[in-house]
Amino acid sequence: MAVRKKDELEYDHNNDGVDRRGFLKCMAWAGTGALCVMQGGVLKSFSLSQMSQMGSKPTSAGELSFVQISDSHMGFNKPANPDVAGTLKAAVDKVNTLATPPEFMLHTGDISHLSKPEEFDTVDQILKSATPKDIFYVPGEHDMLNDDGKQFLERYGKGSKGAGWCSFDKKGVHFIGLVNVLNLKAGGLGTLGHEQLEWMEDDVKHLKHSTPIVVFAHIPLWSVYPEWGWGTEDSTQALAYLKKFGSVTVLNGHIHQIMQKVEGNVTFHTAASTAFPQPQPGKADSPGPMKVPAEQLRSVLGITDVNYVQGQHALAVVDSTLA
Amino acid sequence: MRRSVSSIALIAALGIVFMAIGTMRRGLIARAQSKPESTAVKIDNFSFGPATLTVSVGTTVTWTNRDDIPHTAVSTDGVFKSKVMDTDEQFSFTFPNAGTHPYFCSIHPKMTGKVVVQ
Repeated sequence: MAVRKKDELEYDHNNDGVDRRGFLKCMAWAGTGALCVMQGGVLKSFSLSQMSQMGSKPTSAGELSFVQISDSHMGFNKPANPDVAGTLKAAVDKVNTLATPPEFMLHTGDISHLSKPEEFDTVDQILKSATPKDIFYVPGEHDMLNDDGKQFLERYGKGSKGAGWCSFDKKGVHFIGLVNVLNLKAGGLGTLGHEQLEWMEDDVKHLKHSTPIVVFAHIPLWSVYPEWGWGTEDSTQALAYLKKFGSVTVLNGHIHQIMQKVEGNVTFHTAASTAFPQPQPGKADSPGPMKVPAEQLRSVLGITDVNYVQGQHALAVVDSTLA
Repeated sequence: MRRSVSSIALIAALGIVFMAIGTMRRGLIARAQSKPESTAVKIDNFSFGPATLTVSVGTTVTWTNRDDIPHTAVSTDGVFKSKVMDTDEQFSFTFPNAGTHPYFCSIHPKMTGKVVVQ
Protein backbone atom coordinates (compact mmCIF):
# COMPACT_ATOMS: atom_id res chain seq x y z
CA MET A 1 0.00 0.00 0.00
CA ALA A 2 1.13 3.59 -0.52
CA VAL A 3 2.77 5.28 2.44
CA ARG A 4 0.13 7.00 4.56
CA LYS A 5 0.22 10.76 4.95
CA LYS A 6 0.66 11.83 8.54
CA ASP A 7 -2.81 13.28 8.95
CA GLU A 8 -4.75 10.40 7.47
CA LEU A 9 -7.24 8.76 9.74
CA GLU A 10 -5.43 6.05 11.63
CA TYR A 11 -8.35 3.80 12.26
CA ASP A 12 -9.00 2.99 8.61
CA HIS A 13 -7.83 -0.45 7.60
CA ASN A 14 -6.34 -1.44 4.29
CA ASN A 15 -7.89 -4.70 3.47
CA ASP A 16 -11.56 -3.83 3.15
CA GLY A 17 -11.68 -4.13 -0.62
CA VAL A 18 -12.76 -0.50 -1.08
CA ASP A 19 -10.66 2.18 -2.70
CA ARG A 20 -10.34 4.76 0.07
CA ARG A 21 -10.35 7.81 -2.15
CA GLY A 22 -13.49 6.70 -3.87
CA PHE A 23 -15.13 6.01 -0.56
CA LEU A 24 -14.21 9.37 0.91
CA LYS A 25 -15.59 11.08 -2.18
CA CYS A 26 -18.79 9.16 -1.68
CA MET A 27 -19.02 10.11 1.97
CA ALA A 28 -18.60 13.76 1.05
CA TRP A 29 -21.71 13.41 -1.08
CA ALA A 30 -23.54 11.75 1.77
CA GLY A 31 -24.21 15.09 3.42
CA THR A 32 -26.13 16.19 0.38
CA GLY A 33 -28.09 12.97 0.18
CA ALA A 34 -26.12 10.44 -1.78
CA LEU A 35 -26.46 6.73 -1.62
CA CYS A 36 -23.40 4.55 -1.45
CA VAL A 37 -23.97 0.90 -2.04
CA MET A 38 -21.51 -1.92 -2.01
CA GLN A 39 -22.46 -4.43 -4.64
CA GLY A 40 -20.18 -7.38 -5.19
CA GLY A 41 -17.26 -5.51 -3.72
CA VAL A 42 -17.73 -2.50 -5.98
CA LEU A 43 -18.82 0.81 -4.58
CA LYS A 44 -21.66 2.41 -6.50
CA SER A 45 -23.20 5.75 -5.84
CA PHE A 46 -26.58 7.18 -6.68
CA SER A 47 -27.83 10.69 -6.14
CA LEU A 48 -30.84 11.17 -3.91
CA SER A 49 -32.98 12.22 -6.90
CA GLN A 50 -32.33 8.83 -8.47
CA MET A 51 -33.19 7.24 -5.16
CA SER A 52 -36.48 9.07 -4.90
CA GLN A 53 -37.44 7.72 -8.33
CA MET A 54 -36.53 4.26 -7.18
CA GLY A 55 -38.35 4.76 -3.89
CA SER A 56 -41.51 6.31 -5.27
CA LYS A 57 -43.16 3.03 -5.99
CA PRO A 58 -44.98 1.56 -2.99
CA THR A 59 -42.94 -0.81 -0.89
CA SER A 60 -43.64 -4.30 -2.11
CA ALA A 61 -43.02 -7.57 -0.39
CA GLY A 62 -39.31 -8.16 -0.15
CA GLU A 63 -38.57 -4.48 0.27
CA LEU A 64 -37.86 -3.05 3.66
CA SER A 65 -37.33 0.53 4.65
CA PHE A 66 -36.46 1.85 8.10
CA VAL A 67 -34.77 4.81 9.70
CA GLN A 68 -32.05 5.09 12.31
CA ILE A 69 -31.86 8.14 14.55
CA SER A 70 -29.36 8.53 17.35
CA ASP A 71 -28.02 10.57 20.24
CA SER A 72 -30.97 12.87 20.86
CA HIS A 73 -29.46 13.80 24.28
CA MET A 74 -32.71 15.32 25.51
CA GLY A 75 -31.81 17.66 28.36
CA PHE A 76 -28.57 18.97 26.84
CA ASN A 77 -28.71 22.75 26.76
CA LYS A 78 -25.18 24.09 26.23
CA PRO A 79 -23.99 26.38 23.42
CA ALA A 80 -23.30 23.51 21.02
CA ASN A 81 -27.11 23.23 20.76
CA PRO A 82 -29.43 25.05 23.17
CA ASP A 83 -32.50 23.46 21.56
CA VAL A 84 -32.10 19.71 21.19
CA ALA A 85 -35.88 19.28 21.25
CA GLY A 86 -36.15 21.52 18.21
CA THR A 87 -33.55 19.60 16.25
CA LEU A 88 -35.17 16.28 17.21
CA LYS A 89 -38.46 17.63 15.90
CA ALA A 90 -36.68 18.62 12.68
CA ALA A 91 -35.34 15.08 12.41
CA VAL A 92 -38.87 13.70 12.80
CA ASP A 93 -40.06 16.06 10.07
CA LYS A 94 -37.29 14.73 7.86
CA VAL A 95 -38.37 11.17 8.56
CA ASN A 96 -41.96 12.02 7.75
CA THR A 97 -41.04 13.43 4.35
CA LEU A 98 -38.92 10.53 3.09
CA ALA A 99 -39.94 9.30 -0.34
CA THR A 100 -40.39 5.76 0.90
CA PRO A 101 -42.20 5.87 4.26
CA PRO A 102 -40.10 3.84 6.70
CA GLU A 103 -41.82 0.98 8.42
CA PHE A 104 -40.13 1.50 11.76
CA MET A 105 -37.30 3.34 13.45
CA LEU A 106 -34.21 2.38 15.38
CA HIS A 107 -32.84 4.71 18.06
CA THR A 108 -29.23 3.82 18.76
CA GLY A 109 -29.07 5.39 22.20
CA ASP A 110 -28.29 8.44 24.30
CA ILE A 111 -31.98 9.12 24.13
CA SER A 112 -31.67 11.30 27.21
CA HIS A 113 -28.74 13.37 28.41
CA LEU A 114 -28.96 12.75 32.16
CA SER A 115 -31.36 9.78 32.37
CA LYS A 116 -34.04 12.07 33.84
CA PRO A 117 -37.65 10.90 33.52
CA GLU A 118 -38.75 14.20 31.97
CA GLU A 119 -36.05 13.84 29.32
CA PHE A 120 -37.31 10.41 28.28
CA ASP A 121 -40.87 11.78 28.39
CA THR A 122 -39.99 14.61 26.01
CA VAL A 123 -38.38 12.28 23.49
CA ASP A 124 -41.39 9.96 23.61
CA GLN A 125 -43.67 12.94 23.04
CA ILE A 126 -41.71 14.21 20.05
CA LEU A 127 -41.38 10.79 18.45
CA LYS A 128 -45.14 10.31 18.70
CA SER A 129 -45.47 12.57 15.67
CA ALA A 130 -43.18 10.37 13.57
CA THR A 131 -45.04 8.38 10.93
CA PRO A 132 -43.42 5.05 11.82
CA LYS A 133 -45.06 3.94 15.05
CA ASP A 134 -42.74 1.07 15.85
CA ILE A 135 -39.52 2.26 17.42
CA PHE A 136 -36.80 -0.03 18.75
CA TYR A 137 -34.26 1.38 21.19
CA VAL A 138 -30.87 0.44 22.53
CA PRO A 139 -29.44 2.51 25.38
CA GLY A 140 -26.46 4.82 25.35
CA GLU A 141 -24.30 5.45 28.42
CA HIS A 142 -26.31 8.63 29.09
CA ASP A 143 -29.42 6.48 29.53
CA MET A 144 -27.88 4.36 32.29
CA LEU A 145 -27.04 7.07 34.81
CA ASN A 146 -27.78 6.61 38.53
CA ASP A 147 -29.95 3.52 38.04
CA ASP A 148 -27.90 1.19 35.81
CA GLY A 149 -30.54 1.39 33.11
CA LYS A 150 -33.62 0.49 35.15
CA GLN A 151 -35.66 3.30 33.61
CA PHE A 152 -34.51 2.38 30.12
CA LEU A 153 -35.70 -1.19 30.64
CA GLU A 154 -39.03 -0.08 32.06
CA ARG A 155 -39.69 2.25 29.15
CA TYR A 156 -38.16 0.51 26.17
CA GLY A 157 -37.15 -2.98 27.23
CA LYS A 158 -40.32 -4.93 26.54
CA GLY A 159 -39.42 -8.31 25.14
CA SER A 160 -35.73 -7.77 25.68
CA LYS A 161 -33.26 -9.77 27.75
CA GLY A 162 -30.69 -8.77 30.32
CA ALA A 163 -29.81 -5.09 30.06
CA GLY A 164 -32.09 -4.66 27.05
CA TRP A 165 -30.74 -6.75 24.18
CA CYS A 166 -33.21 -8.17 21.71
CA SER A 167 -33.77 -9.55 18.24
CA PHE A 168 -36.65 -9.48 15.78
CA ASP A 169 -37.37 -10.12 12.15
CA LYS A 170 -38.80 -7.83 9.52
CA LYS A 171 -39.47 -9.05 5.97
CA GLY A 172 -36.78 -11.70 6.20
CA VAL A 173 -34.13 -9.41 7.70
CA HIS A 174 -32.93 -10.36 11.17
CA PHE A 175 -32.34 -7.44 13.56
CA ILE A 176 -30.18 -7.70 16.67
CA GLY A 177 -30.15 -4.91 19.24
CA LEU A 178 -27.13 -5.02 21.55
CA VAL A 179 -26.26 -3.17 24.76
CA ASN A 180 -22.61 -2.25 25.12
CA VAL A 181 -22.84 0.58 27.67
CA LEU A 182 -23.24 -1.28 30.96
CA ASN A 183 -20.49 -2.40 33.39
CA LEU A 184 -17.88 -0.28 31.70
CA LYS A 185 -14.45 -0.82 33.22
CA ALA A 186 -11.93 1.86 34.14
CA GLY A 187 -9.80 2.75 31.15
CA GLY A 188 -11.97 0.55 28.97
CA LEU A 189 -14.19 0.69 25.93
CA GLY A 190 -17.77 -0.43 25.34
CA THR A 191 -18.48 -3.95 26.47
CA LEU A 192 -21.03 -6.60 25.54
CA GLY A 193 -20.28 -9.14 28.24
CA HIS A 194 -20.39 -12.89 28.44
CA GLU A 195 -24.13 -13.32 28.99
CA GLN A 196 -25.10 -11.19 26.00
CA LEU A 197 -22.54 -12.83 23.72
CA GLU A 198 -23.82 -16.27 24.65
CA TRP A 199 -27.36 -15.14 23.92
CA MET A 200 -26.30 -13.74 20.57
CA GLU A 201 -24.48 -16.90 19.54
CA ASP A 202 -27.58 -18.87 20.27
CA ASP A 203 -29.83 -16.32 18.58
CA VAL A 204 -28.15 -16.59 15.17
CA LYS A 205 -27.18 -20.25 15.33
CA HIS A 206 -30.05 -21.59 13.26
CA LEU A 207 -30.45 -18.76 10.78
CA LYS A 208 -29.76 -19.41 7.10
CA HIS A 209 -26.55 -17.90 5.80
CA SER A 210 -28.55 -15.92 3.27
CA THR A 211 -30.48 -14.05 5.98
CA PRO A 212 -29.50 -10.38 5.93
CA ILE A 213 -28.46 -9.28 9.41
CA VAL A 214 -28.71 -5.82 10.93
CA VAL A 215 -26.99 -5.27 14.27
CA PHE A 216 -27.62 -2.04 16.14
CA ALA A 217 -25.85 -0.84 19.28
CA HIS A 218 -24.80 2.48 20.74
CA ILE A 219 -21.00 2.44 20.87
CA PRO A 220 -19.34 1.47 17.56
CA LEU A 221 -18.66 -2.23 17.22
CA TRP A 222 -15.44 -1.52 15.41
CA SER A 223 -12.38 0.32 16.61
CA VAL A 224 -13.01 3.89 15.48
CA TYR A 225 -10.73 5.64 17.98
CA PRO A 226 -9.90 3.73 21.18
CA GLU A 227 -8.19 6.75 22.76
CA TRP A 228 -11.62 8.34 23.07
CA GLY A 229 -13.39 5.13 24.03
CA TRP A 230 -14.83 4.78 20.52
CA GLY A 231 -14.87 1.01 20.27
CA THR A 232 -16.15 -2.15 21.94
CA GLU A 233 -13.75 -4.49 23.74
CA ASP A 234 -15.43 -7.76 22.89
CA SER A 235 -17.13 -6.98 19.58
CA THR A 236 -14.75 -9.30 17.72
CA GLN A 237 -16.48 -12.20 19.42
CA ALA A 238 -19.90 -10.92 18.36
CA LEU A 239 -18.78 -10.43 14.77
CA ALA A 240 -17.31 -13.91 14.72
CA TYR A 241 -20.83 -15.29 15.23
CA LEU A 242 -21.90 -13.42 12.10
CA LYS A 243 -19.09 -14.58 9.83
CA LYS A 244 -21.25 -17.08 8.03
CA PHE A 245 -23.79 -14.51 6.86
CA GLY A 246 -23.59 -12.98 3.40
CA SER A 247 -24.83 -9.56 4.40
CA VAL A 248 -24.27 -7.89 7.75
CA THR A 249 -25.00 -4.24 8.45
CA VAL A 250 -23.89 -2.73 11.76
CA LEU A 251 -25.56 0.51 12.79
CA ASN A 252 -24.11 2.51 15.67
CA GLY A 253 -24.21 5.97 17.20
CA HIS A 254 -22.20 7.51 20.05
CA ILE A 255 -19.63 9.42 18.01
CA HIS A 256 -22.07 12.02 16.66
CA GLN A 257 -20.76 11.90 13.11
CA ILE A 258 -21.24 9.78 10.04
CA MET A 259 -18.60 7.19 9.50
CA GLN A 260 -18.56 4.01 7.47
CA LYS A 261 -16.29 1.04 7.07
CA VAL A 262 -16.67 -2.07 4.99
CA GLU A 263 -14.94 -5.27 5.93
CA GLY A 264 -15.80 -8.26 3.78
CA ASN A 265 -19.51 -8.89 4.17
CA VAL A 266 -19.91 -6.42 7.01
CA THR A 267 -20.81 -2.77 6.54
CA PHE A 268 -20.31 -0.65 9.65
CA HIS A 269 -22.08 2.66 9.81
CA THR A 270 -22.41 5.34 12.48
CA ALA A 271 -25.16 7.92 12.42
CA ALA A 272 -25.07 11.65 13.04
CA SER A 273 -26.66 12.89 16.24
CA THR A 274 -29.91 14.83 16.26
CA ALA A 275 -28.46 16.99 19.08
CA PHE A 276 -24.85 18.09 18.52
CA PRO A 277 -21.78 17.08 16.53
CA GLN A 278 -18.47 15.86 17.93
CA PRO A 279 -14.98 16.31 16.53
CA GLN A 280 -13.35 13.83 14.20
CA PRO A 281 -10.98 11.37 15.87
CA GLY A 282 -7.92 13.15 17.22
CA LYS A 283 -8.94 16.53 15.82
CA ALA A 284 -9.62 17.99 19.28
CA ASP A 285 -8.42 17.52 22.85
CA SER A 286 -11.48 15.54 23.77
CA PRO A 287 -14.63 14.07 22.20
CA GLY A 288 -17.01 16.63 23.70
CA PRO A 289 -19.76 18.65 22.02
CA MET A 290 -18.38 20.59 19.09
CA LYS A 291 -19.60 24.13 18.53
CA VAL A 292 -20.26 25.14 14.96
CA PRO A 293 -21.71 28.44 13.69
CA ALA A 294 -25.43 28.43 14.45
CA GLU A 295 -26.41 28.49 10.80
CA GLN A 296 -24.37 25.35 10.17
CA LEU A 297 -25.69 23.28 13.07
CA ARG A 298 -28.47 21.52 11.19
CA SER A 299 -26.10 20.53 8.41
CA VAL A 300 -24.07 18.40 10.84
CA LEU A 301 -27.08 16.69 12.43
CA GLY A 302 -29.15 14.08 10.66
CA ILE A 303 -30.97 10.81 10.19
CA THR A 304 -30.09 7.58 8.39
CA ASP A 305 -32.47 5.92 5.96
CA VAL A 306 -31.93 2.24 5.24
CA ASN A 307 -33.49 0.30 2.40
CA TYR A 308 -33.30 -3.34 1.67
CA VAL A 309 -34.42 -4.91 -1.54
CA GLN A 310 -34.66 -8.66 -1.55
CA GLY A 311 -32.07 -10.15 -3.79
CA GLN A 312 -29.65 -7.28 -3.36
CA HIS A 313 -26.53 -8.17 -1.44
CA ALA A 314 -26.21 -5.04 0.63
CA LEU A 315 -28.59 -2.76 2.43
CA ALA A 316 -28.68 0.74 1.00
CA VAL A 317 -27.73 3.20 3.73
CA VAL A 318 -28.46 6.87 3.06
CA ASP A 319 -27.59 9.67 5.46
CA SER A 320 -29.39 12.97 5.22
CA THR A 321 -28.75 16.06 7.28
CA LEU A 322 -31.39 18.29 8.82
CA ALA A 323 -30.48 21.21 6.52
CA MET B 1 22.26 34.09 99.59
CA ARG B 2 18.67 32.82 99.54
CA ARG B 3 17.51 35.73 97.40
CA SER B 4 20.05 35.07 94.67
CA VAL B 5 19.10 31.39 94.67
CA SER B 6 15.43 32.27 94.27
CA SER B 7 16.31 34.81 91.51
CA ILE B 8 18.20 32.14 89.60
CA ALA B 9 15.30 29.78 90.10
CA LEU B 10 12.88 32.41 88.87
CA ILE B 11 14.95 33.17 85.81
CA ALA B 12 15.34 29.45 85.12
CA ALA B 13 11.61 28.89 85.53
CA LEU B 14 10.82 31.80 83.26
CA GLY B 15 13.36 30.46 80.76
CA ILE B 16 11.69 27.09 80.80
CA VAL B 17 8.28 28.69 80.34
CA PHE B 18 9.46 30.80 77.40
CA MET B 19 11.11 27.78 75.82
CA ALA B 20 7.92 25.81 76.24
CA ILE B 21 5.87 28.57 74.64
CA GLY B 22 8.38 28.79 71.83
CA THR B 23 8.21 25.07 71.20
CA MET B 24 4.42 25.13 71.28
CA ARG B 25 4.29 27.95 68.75
CA ARG B 26 6.74 26.22 66.46
CA GLY B 27 4.63 23.11 66.79
CA LEU B 28 1.46 24.99 65.85
CA ILE B 29 3.12 26.62 62.86
CA ALA B 30 4.48 23.27 61.74
CA ARG B 31 1.04 21.65 61.98
CA ALA B 32 -0.58 24.45 60.01
CA GLN B 33 2.05 24.11 57.30
CA SER B 34 1.61 20.31 57.09
CA LYS B 35 -1.93 20.63 55.65
CA PRO B 36 -1.30 22.60 52.45
CA GLU B 37 -2.53 19.94 50.03
CA SER B 38 -5.47 20.70 47.78
CA THR B 39 -8.64 18.74 48.39
CA ALA B 40 -10.25 19.59 45.09
CA VAL B 41 -10.38 17.76 41.79
CA LYS B 42 -11.46 19.74 38.75
CA ILE B 43 -13.10 17.84 35.93
CA ASP B 44 -12.65 19.44 32.54
CA ASN B 45 -12.00 18.40 28.98
CA PHE B 46 -12.69 14.74 29.72
CA SER B 47 -9.99 14.59 32.40
CA PHE B 48 -9.54 14.75 36.17
CA GLY B 49 -7.12 17.38 37.43
CA PRO B 50 -4.92 16.60 39.19
CA ALA B 51 -4.88 13.04 37.89
CA THR B 52 -3.31 11.91 41.15
CA LEU B 53 -4.33 13.64 44.37
CA THR B 54 -2.58 12.92 47.64
CA VAL B 55 -4.38 13.75 50.87
CA SER B 56 -4.23 12.82 54.54
CA VAL B 57 -6.64 10.50 56.32
CA GLY B 58 -9.88 12.26 57.19
CA THR B 59 -9.70 14.71 54.29
CA THR B 60 -12.79 15.53 52.28
CA VAL B 61 -12.14 15.62 48.54
CA THR B 62 -14.54 17.55 46.33
CA TRP B 63 -14.88 16.91 42.59
CA THR B 64 -16.29 19.78 40.54
CA ASN B 65 -17.37 19.28 36.95
CA ARG B 66 -16.37 22.21 34.76
CA ASP B 67 -16.84 20.31 31.52
CA ASP B 68 -19.82 20.90 29.26
CA ILE B 69 -20.77 17.23 29.49
CA PRO B 70 -21.76 15.19 32.59
CA HIS B 71 -19.23 12.95 34.36
CA THR B 72 -19.00 10.69 37.40
CA ALA B 73 -16.24 9.64 39.79
CA VAL B 74 -16.34 5.96 40.70
CA SER B 75 -13.56 4.16 42.51
CA THR B 76 -12.56 0.76 41.18
CA ASP B 77 -12.42 -0.65 44.72
CA GLY B 78 -16.03 0.22 45.53
CA VAL B 79 -15.10 2.85 48.11
CA PHE B 80 -16.85 5.79 46.48
CA LYS B 81 -19.34 6.27 43.69
CA SER B 82 -20.75 9.64 42.74
CA LYS B 83 -24.09 10.34 41.19
CA VAL B 84 -23.85 11.95 37.78
CA MET B 85 -22.48 15.52 37.90
CA ASP B 86 -23.65 17.90 35.24
CA THR B 87 -21.70 21.11 34.55
CA ASP B 88 -20.88 22.93 37.85
CA GLU B 89 -22.21 20.10 40.00
CA GLN B 90 -20.07 18.55 42.71
CA PHE B 91 -19.41 15.37 44.59
CA SER B 92 -17.57 15.11 47.92
CA PHE B 93 -16.13 12.16 49.77
CA THR B 94 -14.28 11.97 53.09
CA PHE B 95 -11.54 9.37 53.23
CA PRO B 96 -11.50 7.59 56.61
CA ASN B 97 -8.54 5.30 55.97
CA ALA B 98 -5.17 5.29 54.29
CA GLY B 99 -5.02 3.68 50.88
CA THR B 100 -4.75 4.20 47.15
CA HIS B 101 -8.01 4.56 45.25
CA PRO B 102 -7.93 4.45 41.45
CA TYR B 103 -11.17 5.80 40.00
CA PHE B 104 -12.76 6.56 36.66
CA CYS B 105 -15.74 8.19 35.04
CA SER B 106 -18.34 5.47 34.54
CA ILE B 107 -19.79 7.34 31.55
CA HIS B 108 -16.44 7.85 29.83
CA PRO B 109 -14.29 5.04 31.23
CA LYS B 110 -11.15 6.25 29.49
CA MET B 111 -11.08 9.07 32.09
CA THR B 112 -9.11 7.83 35.07
CA GLY B 113 -7.64 9.31 38.23
CA LYS B 114 -6.25 8.31 41.61
CA VAL B 115 -6.62 9.46 45.20
CA VAL B 116 -3.76 8.51 47.51
CA VAL B 117 -4.70 8.76 51.17
CA GLN B 118 -1.77 8.83 53.59
